Order: sequence, then C-alpha cells, then structure tokens
Amino acid sequence: MIQNIVRWLTDPEHWSGSEGIPARLGEHLWYSGLALAIAAVLAIPAGLAIGHTGRGRFLVVNLAGAARAIPSLGLLYLMVLWLFPKLSGDVAFLVPSLIVLVVLAIPPIMAGAYAGVEGVDPAARDAAKGMGMTGSQVLGRVEVPNALPLIFSGFRSAALQVIGTTTIAAVAGTGGLGRFLIDGQKIREFPQMVAGALLVAVLALLVDLLLAVAQRYAVSPGLTGRSRGRSNTPKVVEIGALRRTVDPQAS
Amino acid sequence: MTWFLDHLGDVQDRTLQHVYLAGLPLLLGLLLALPLGWLARRYKALYAPFTAGFGLLYTIPSLALFVLLPAIIHRQILDPVNVLVAMTLYTVALLVRTVADGLGAVPEHVQQAATAMGYTRVKRFFAVELPLAVPVISAGLRVAAVSNVSIVSVAAIIGIPQLGLFFTDGFNRDFYDPIVVGIVACIVLALLFDVVIIGVTRVLTPWIRATGGRA
Repeated sequence: MIQNIVRWLTDPEHWSGSEGIPARLGEHLWYSGLALAIAAVLAIPAGLAIGHTGRGRFLVVNLAGAARAIPSLGLLYLMVLWLFPKLSGDVAFLVPSLIVLVVLAIPPIMAGAYAGVEGVDPAARDAAKGMGMTGSQVLGRVEVPNALPLIFSGFRSAALQVIGTTTIAAVAGTGGLGRFLIDGQKIREFPQMVAGALLVAVLALLVDLLLAVAQRYAVSPGLTGRSRGRSNTPKVVEIGALRRTVDPQAS
Repeated sequence: MTWFLDHLGDVQDRTLQHVYLAGLPLLLGLLLALPLGWLARRYKALYAPFTAGFGLLYTIPSLALFVLLPAIIHRQILDPVNVLVAMTLYTVALLVRTVADGLGAVPEHVQQAATAMGYTRVKRFFAVELPLAVPVISAGLRVAAVSNVSIVSVAAIIGIPQLGLFFTDGFNRDFYDPIVVGIVACIVLALLFDVVIIGVTRVLTPWIRATGGRA
C-alpha cells in the first residue's frame, strides 16, 4: 500500500505536464490565493471600519455564524449549475468555485479585523487621540498595528479553509490538487487519491507555517511578549472554526 | 417544494445518518478532549505542544482526511467509521484548547475555597472546576457542531450516505431541488445542534440565570 503511494509520488511522469503535480499545485495556489486576495480586499477594510466605529457589530457576529453553517459543497454545486451555462471557457469553471471560496473566507477575515481593532486597549487609543492624531491616524498607526495578530489569525483561519475547499472544487471541474482525489476515485486508483490527499495536507501545513513566520515578522515585538516590558495584548477572541489566541504558543 | 414532499422518506433517512455522523463525534470528541485539556492545564509544559499539536489536525483538509484515514486505520473507503473518526479528530482538535482555557478561567479563589472546604482534587474537578468551565466549553462545542455538520456533507464525494448525497445527486442530474433541500436541511440541522447545546448548557449552569453571570 505504502509502496504504491511512494511509487506514484516518485514516478517522474506525475511530475511533468499540465496534469503533473507542479501544474496542479500551481493551480491550487492560484485559486486559493485569488480567493483569499479578493476576500481580504473586501473583508479587511469592512472589519476595520466596524471595529473602529463600533457600528455593525451585531451584523458581523451573526453573519460569521450563519456563513459557517452553509455547506460549501452544496453552495458549490448550486453555483456551478446556476453560473456554468451563463459563462464560457475557463471562466465558467473558475467563477463558481471562486464565489464559494470568497464567501467562505470573508467571515473569519472580517471577524479577525473587527475583533482586533475592538480589542485594542482603550488607553492606547485615548493616548493617540490625546497626542492629536486624527481618526484615520489612530486607525492606521495605533489600531491596525495592535490588531495585526488577530488580523493574521483570521487570515490564517481563512487560508486553511480555502485550501481545503479548493480541493473540493475539483468535483466541479476545476484543476488543483483535488483533481488527483477525484480522478483517482473515478479510475479506482487508490494510490493517486492518497498521494493527492497527502499533497493537500502538506500544502495546508506549509502555508500555515509560512503565514505564522510572516506574522512573527510583521507584528511588533511589543505585542507578542518577545520584548521585555508590559505588552498590550488583546484578549482571547474566537475566529472562524479554529479558535486561536494571540499568545505566542498558538501557532 | 413538491420534490421535498415526494422525497420526505429520503430526507428523513439522510438527516438521521447526518445526525449520527456529525453528532456522535461531538460526544466522543468532548470525552477525549476533557482529559487532554485537563492535562494541558495541569502541566504547563504540555499546554503549548497539546494545543498547537491538536490544532495542526485541523489544518488537514476534510476530503484529504476522508481519503487518508481508511489507509491508516485499515478500513474500506466507504466505511462510515472513517467519517466518524475524522470528525472526532476535528472535534478534539477544536476542543482541547477550549477545555484547557475554560478550566484555566476558573478563578483561583474559587479553587482555594473548594480546597479549604475539604474537596479532594478529583472531587474539586468534577464538582467545581468542570461545571464552572461549562460555558466556555459549550461555546467551543457550538463551533465544532456547526462545522461538523458542514464538513460531514463533503463525505458525499466519496459516496458515504448523508445529506451531502443530495448535493451530488442534484449536480449529476442538473437539478436544483435536491441541492436546495440539502442545503436547507444542513442549516436547520446545524441550528438544531446549536439549540440543543445551548439548552443543555442552561440546564448545567443554573447560577448564570440566578446571579446574572457571576460565578
């Protein structure tokens, strides 16, 4: 069993061409990255605005809860049936999946941004105002840097879900690593399915690790407890399905 | 709507299968997470490896886990046990941290009072610390319940019967009705799980209503 999987993974034929592992990996990263980018562009400003003004909090909390209950697989099939006849070419495959992935990614990213800003120590915010900063300066120079750990948490949570769900999108005809799982199942080639599953799991772990490293460099040392002195760490907040805190152990 | 009424039996069967596949792992996961969370709390050195390690389980995409597990636990790929195990793993992944944090949030003076009243460590855990941690644990359980209901439907891709089969059925026949019925059923089910957990939590924490939240 294991030998068959290793043989499949090490077969040079599976490492080249438009259906090889590098090409599928590239597709997977492209769909996931695009969806995350779109979701971040929409959700981060909205989350920051809600956290900064304190308005619309109720909406976000409920939106995040409701969105989590929607089964992605069902939404994906619905979108494909509805949009596929309306579009043509590669776009017809890409757009329905992309919508599902963006819908999936928005709630955790928005919740992270909003909770991060809301959790900023009021004393820090007041001090910034007292120093004469305008509203947008307070947001940009105090609230966002302080909220960064939770913004990252939300984004990482979204990234994991999107990478996992991009796999599922292969049932709707898109590329990506999910193809190995779906195609392998069609021709009853179990080693191919397992190899595909392994590749997705490894990819998810690597991306999470990479984002953890990025977070370490992006977040001010004063927040993470890596520098001496009092830290201004926001409280523990729940984001997405994966509960993360801002303490350094929560990798 | 007509489709729904014509297929009421199917909807019922698959809903029950879905309840079994998403619900049983919640209970099993909670039972496993309680001792693990307690250990993570009791021995500080275990906290980081436990919470981070079990958190890693959650990074494995569900479809990948459904395919990998049969190879690991030597089962047929269509065996529902794979889904039960996978969902239990996800539940544990979410709850270990929640249980550890919930137990950690029990105020020190409460624990000292219990000890002073003669509670042994075991009795203190079951009679004082665990009940006080219920609200936090239940919040984690609600998240796990909702995501379990959604993740179980993915198992339809490999052909395990539950509500997700309506998605694959409808898609293969280019037919909206089953998909819509499946989505609605999933959301209703998630809501029901949520209501049950909230209800049980209320029963277990009568002091929250009596004192307005003060323990």
